[in-house]
Amino acid sequence: MSDSILNARIPEGRLEDKWQNFLDSCKLVNPNNKRKHTIIVVGTGLAGASSAASLAELGYNVKAFCIQDSARRAHSIAAQGGINAAKNYHDDGDTVWRLFYDTIKGGDYRAREANVYRLAQISNNIIDQSVAQGVPFAREYGGLLANRSFGGAQVSRTFYARGQTGQQLLLGAYQALSKMVDAGKVEMLPRQEMLDLVVIEGKARGIITRNLVTGEYERHVADAVLLCTGGYGNVFYLSTNAKNSNVTAAWRCYKRGAYFANPCYTQIHPTCIPVSGDYQSKLTLMSESLRNDGRVWVPKNADDKRPPNQIPESDRDYYLERRYPSFGNLVPRDVASRNAKHVVDDGRGVGARGVAVYLDFADSINRLGVDAISARYGNLFDMYERITGENPYEKPMRIYPAVHYTMGGLWVDYHLMSTIPGLFVLGEANFSDHGANRLGASALMQGLSDGYFVISHTLGDYIANNSFPDVSDSNEAFAEVESESSQRIEKLLSIQGERTVLEFHRDLGKIMWDNVGMSRNREGLGSAISEIQKLRDEFWQNLKVPGQATTYNKNLEFAGRVADFLELGELMAKDALHREESCGGHFREEYQTEEGEALRNDEEFTYVAAWEYSDLNGESTLHKENLEFERVAPSQRSYK
Amino acid sequence: MKLSLKIWRQEGPDKEGRLVRYQVEANPHMSFLEMIDVLNEQLIKAGEDPVEFDHDCREGICGSCNMVINGVPHGPLRGTAACQLHMRHYKDGDTIVIEPWLARGFPIIKDLVVDRSAFDRIIAAGGYVSVDTGSAPDANAIPIEKVKSDTAFDYATCIGCGACVAACPNASASLFTASKIAHLALLPQGDAERKTRVVRMVDQMEKEGFGDCSNHGACEVVCPKEIPIDAIAFMRREYMKAVLS
Repeated sequence: MSDSILNARIPEGRLEDKWQNFLDSCKLVNPNNKRKHTIIVVGTGLAGASSAASLAELGYNVKAFCIQDSARRAHSIAAQGGINAAKNYHDDGDTVWRLFYDTIKGGDYRAREANVYRLAQISNNIIDQSVAQGVPFAREYGGLLANRSFGGAQVSRTFYARGQTGQQLLLGAYQALSKMVDAGKVEMLPRQEMLDLVVIEGKARGIITRNLVTGEYERHVADAVLLCTGGYGNVFYLSTNAKNSNVTAAWRCYKRGAYFANPCYTQIHPTCIPVSGDYQSKLTLMSESLRNDGRVWVPKNADDKRPPNQIPESDRDYYLERRYPSFGNLVPRDVASRNAKHVVDDGRGVGARGVAVYLDFADSINRLGVDAISARYGNLFDMYERITGENPYEKPMRIYPAVHYTMGGLWVDYHLMSTIPGLFVLGEANFSDHGANRLGASALMQGLSDGYFVISHTLGDYIANNSFPDVSDSNEAFAEVESESSQRIEKLLSIQGERTVLEFHRDLGKIMWDNVGMSRNREGLGSAISEIQKLRDEFWQNLKVPGQATTYNKNLEFAGRVADFLELGELMAKDALHREESCGGHFREEYQTEEGEALRNDEEFTYVAAWEYSDLNGESTLHKENLEFERVAPSQRSYK
Repeated sequence: MKLSLKIWRQEGPDKEGRLVRYQVEANPHMSFLEMIDVLNEQLIKAGEDPVEFDHDCREGICGSCNMVINGVPHGPLRGTAACQLHMRHYKDGDTIVIEPWLARGFPIIKDLVVDRSAFDRIIAAGGYVSVDTGSAPDANAIPIEKVKSDTAFDYATCIGCGACVAACPNASASLFTASKIAHLALLPQGDAERKTRVVRMVDQMEKEGFGDCSNHGACEVVCPKEIPIDAIAFMRREYMKAVLS
């Protein structure tokens, strides 16, 4: 292991002044020179669409890529709850400082202070920009914007668009992108998958893609590459992520020299519809806002198999209210999820499979009436009924935690640049702002902050400070990387074994969920590593991929992604094993308080773990970025 | 439950397609797409090519999934995309016919997968507000009547799936195009480009080979977001106002 300190290039000055100091001192690119530079943007979610549009507006030539058939379908579209901003429109005491403080505390003091502060500062600009684009946020009768309190925040700072905030923000960014396609400044390439990064003379200079309709490989040259490819929650097979969400682009960059930071930080969202059978292909989130009026419980007695309505109050255990009298059902996501696991492990889970807890609205319906509950949550109740066939107005919902977001990702400095010069990483794909646990309504904020307001300045500084010798796509490096990519695809097709991609993915998911999920321990992590290695070996010998490489072939696409998940899973387990403390979403059973809460070890682990790829069988090298808290004092999170 | 499926199989854009019969064992709790997953696993194991279909979020918001189920885009449930349809709405022994969107504007790529890039080109023909990053005024600078904003929202919920086109006897993209026009025209932010927007978007829709609207109303019946057909009347008024003034 190496303890080399990574340089995060945090600007000088007080926390409040750092971003301004950067803006005052960064280099600018002459407007006439911007059009001489081509920038590649991979992914068209909030971070990708917003950065592609903004850079094109500034005059750069942008090539944008997505794996879906349209840029509008990126997974940001599915975000429900809202987006935070420190507008303080309600004069309820919100400030940039408070948004910053809540975010860094919520992240259990494992995020970089300067990045989080910048995020809070920029939050307000995002709302202005989105509204100007026509994003129809909820409004009050006076015509001004409405807010709600979300995720246990003590102020109302969450802007929302019904339960479709992600959709509306993404459509705003997609339309901004479309505007620049219309202007001829963005070339949009849908149904293209980035297979690898091309590094020339130490700088990211292009990518190899595969056309998912024809199977053709393409070489794309640029002066910088922006990775906006989202998170890697699908390593667990079942997650709330869309089926196409994957780690491949980020993983390829890792193998070309970009460090992967904090891979074990995974967010498990407490309120999802539980698994109903082996055929289950993905999980559906029910907005966290339900916990405002729903009470979580399980039977006191493990043998109690009566229908919920026949279980009297005296035989119910409202375990969150019991254990956390002051926060009750509104404890943060990581705490709520872990407690659900405990009662299920205790044999007190409900539903046919016994892997769920009740979220009961009966008290709220009695108190407020069906109409009030329907006005608040009608669309969610309908969605629940559509999926489960049960009516939550009459019978408590069954919920269980599910993988939802990954806080880890490629390491970036304050400029959002990875350890490969010219490779920038934005949004969920990077590791930077959420520490070990992300608060509700902050993912949309980060994606758009990175994309609209940060990258245009930091990329400009990079372009202005570097020279870019002419590179053509016939360059040897492109030929070499393309050939490696095509050989890999051919290999996947040629194995022709007995088991399908889906079977391998499901097996990997089970190993990850059982050992690298909500609760982790030394023994389980060790066995996960060896099981994953075994599964990976079997994958490369016994995989069966149908069809050809020259037509649309979804199984082949998925095979490549699962191959990468099989490597990532091991690194996640390794990272979780090395972090001998509990923090946020990372709970190590050996490190807990007497009351069973996460126990951090600030003395030894106040750092970002950034892993450098060596080769798979050898040890990846650990690099540490020490986290320095100039302005906040890390404390024990308590929700009792 | 045992189901008979008749699924449209087509190897490529220029190949001839046909309906092929399959048997599958389904569970009532499965989603419709999970039922096809099961069939595909079965096909792969038997050495056959799986049925290709577009899908992504599987929670009714990304707009990827597109299949005509027993003649109805997205199947029998109102306001529900195919990915949110569950097998409990079928019974043992049922036969289900599954076809792709069939429209001139949506060429078939393979099996149930079609090319919907025409929709992106319609949006790129002015389906936006020209406001560069950084130039926006404070978000509360312009109050917007709540009712108006809510109505704009109803149109803005379009997921761009294309069911409206698939259901229309004229294969018209009017509901899709009109939804964006109505969303932006109802808001003050969209007002400055209102006239050029409607003319350009409608022209682009025609250029893409979609038919015109003759008020059948099938589009609003199948729309998974239940966008009302009055959007199209709105679009027509906007168009007339734009070209006559």
